[in-house]
Amino acid sequence: MLQRPLKVAIHKLTSCSGCQLAFINQGPKLLKLLEFVEFTHFIEAGLFAPDQEVDVALIEGSVSTHDDLKRLVNARQRAKLLVSIGACATSGGVQALRNMADDKENWKRAVYAHPEFIEELQDCTAVATHVKVDFELWGCPVTQQQVTECLRQLHAGVKPKDNAEKLCMECKRQGNVCVLITQQAPCLGPVVRTGCGALCPSFGKACYGCFGPSEQPNCESLTNRMTGFGLMPNDIVHRFAAIHSQSPPYQQQIARWRLQDLEGSD
Amino acid sequence: MEKGFLPRENLSQLHAVLCQQGYKVIGPQVKDGAIVFDGLRDIADLPWGIVEHTEAGAYRLEDTGDNRCFAWNNGPQGLKPWLFKSQQTVWRGEATSDGIRFKSEQPSPQPLAFIGIRSCDISALYLQDKHFMHSAYADPWYTAQRKQLCLIAVNCSRSNDTCFCESTGDGVEATYGYDILLDELDDGYLVDVKSERGRAITAALPLQPGSQQHHKQAQRQLKNARHQQRVMPDAEQLLKLLEHLNDKHWQDIAERCLACGNCTLTCPTCFCSKQEAEVEPVSGEHHQVRYWDSCFSEKHGYIAGMQLRGDVSQRYRQWMTHKLATWQAQYDRSGCVGCGRCISWCPAAIDIVAEANLILGDDHD
Repeated sequence: MLQRPLKVAIHKLTSCSGCQLAFINQGPKLLKLLEFVEFTHFIEAGLFAPDQEVDVALIEGSVSTHDDLKRLVNARQRAKLLVSIGACATSGGVQALRNMADDKENWKRAVYAHPEFIEELQDCTAVATHVKVDFELWGCPVTQQQVTECLRQLHAGVKPKDNAEKLCMECKRQGNVCVLITQQAPCLGPVVRTGCGALCPSFGKACYGCFGPSEQPNCESLTNRMTGFGLMPNDIVHRFAAIHSQSPPYQQQIARWRLQDLEGSD
Repeated sequence: MEKGFLPRENLSQLHAVLCQQGYKVIGPQVKDGAIVFDGLRDIADLPWGIVEHTEAGAYRLEDTGDNRCFAWNNGPQGLKPWLFKSQQTVWRGEATSDGIRFKSEQPSPQPLAFIGIRSCDISALYLQDKHFMHSAYADPWYTAQRKQLCLIAVNCSRSNDTCFCESTGDGVEATYGYDILLDELDDGYLVDVKSERGRAITAALPLQPGSQQHHKQAQRQLKNARHQQRVMPDAEQLLKLLEHLNDKHWQDIAERCLACGNCTLTCPTCFCSKQEAEVEPVSGEHHQVRYWDSCFSEKHGYIAGMQLRGDVSQRYRQWMTHKLATWQAQYDRSGCVGCGRCISWCPAAIDIVAEANLILGDDHD
């Protein structure tokens, strides 16, 4: 257990900043957090000191630009431990969909008025692709509970506890009626990591997979089942090509059903 | 004792009497496309005219428009969530200047009356009693609530396509464990009473004597309900599953199995749990919380620094062989009551009866 506050820097790469808000939105709990955490660098909260040595660097966002990569390497060098937080940092996030574009230049022209100003790396990637990551917090966005628990455990000097349980477990504990069974809805719950509190299924909606792949995800079987619900290969691609398209288990299904789609349209 | 008859228009009086006697009434209702047990404010909220259609991996309600409210068989849960709660704080700890102060978590039971419980639900309840009340370490939260249950059971008048209680010996007629038992007929309910608690309720109801016609209809309905498609092998056959531990078929199941735990969490007899240490962020109070767990979870097989069941094939094998075979030595019978929930609520449409029969193969024939 550290006898002084844990020094923490929050670095933002390419992201929407939603994960940093998990700290700011805490209200009174943030004050409690400040009893054992000292933020040194946290732009959303007005603190700018990216070069200071820290105990923990929390990285939000994906590595999409040359500048992202440069700042990430710097953050890694100045931190004892590095924790990636959120979908962008753990798997590339929504913006990593561009990796799948067949004609990237066309894509860029379709989105931006002046594509010549956009300087990006070839692919948009997760933090772990570039530097050593000590722990990952999955979720889009991460929850207050996740970040607080992780920092509390690091301050106590223990390895943060991971929970990669399937979302179905939490959904059943809450007493939700399974939408896969009653609606034949393309719910990703059986292959998605817990953490959101089964938010969508508790409103009768299929899980979108904000928290990424669970432990041992059998995506092969789940997608086979989805075809039985009447989903076309392209529908299945869209289910998985969303928030965590670059996570290997989902990537595999996207490739598999894209191929099916192409073969079907021949 | 002779069964009485309660005309349908007087069913609301059963609800009223239960409320007068201080029970919170829990009854079946339609919620999110399924029959769900919840607080029942009014008899009108019962699933009038509703039946369910089930198959492996599917559950669908149909409104038949008839005047019955117990024509369905089951929904995703029975009594389990009310007694073995999905989340239960077991103790609390608070850091003080003198060290950690521990506080026990007292049970907070209330008198609950369940309307519409089935024969298979009662069998499952008695199995959970063995585990939670009559084992070496009785569970105080389960036990306290269990003592305050009033069960108004209903005999099944039909079986859905995933019911197989006839072959497990747990249905379709309730023979024990209830306070009051109803047969739902065209114009009302045959009422049988088993306990003092039940008699205190029926004494306040405007019961008429049941006619021979009523009894005949009840018998016809039971006969109808006994037509079930699936047959679980008998207890002796099921023990032979243990001779098939190295079959390739477990791997075949694992290719389909999502290891999502839905079968175990909808199973009315599964009782596995895990405990987590949690900290309340503002007060700093520590909660030791028990959660529903499943033998399909990765961490469930992680014991003393070693993963005992790394492959999903081993987990399915563990679940099935425990439920159907080794359970017999542990609790004097198989752990399956034939409700079929693990079949209909399996997102991968795996059918435990079909798989058990396949594994037993020639031994069984």
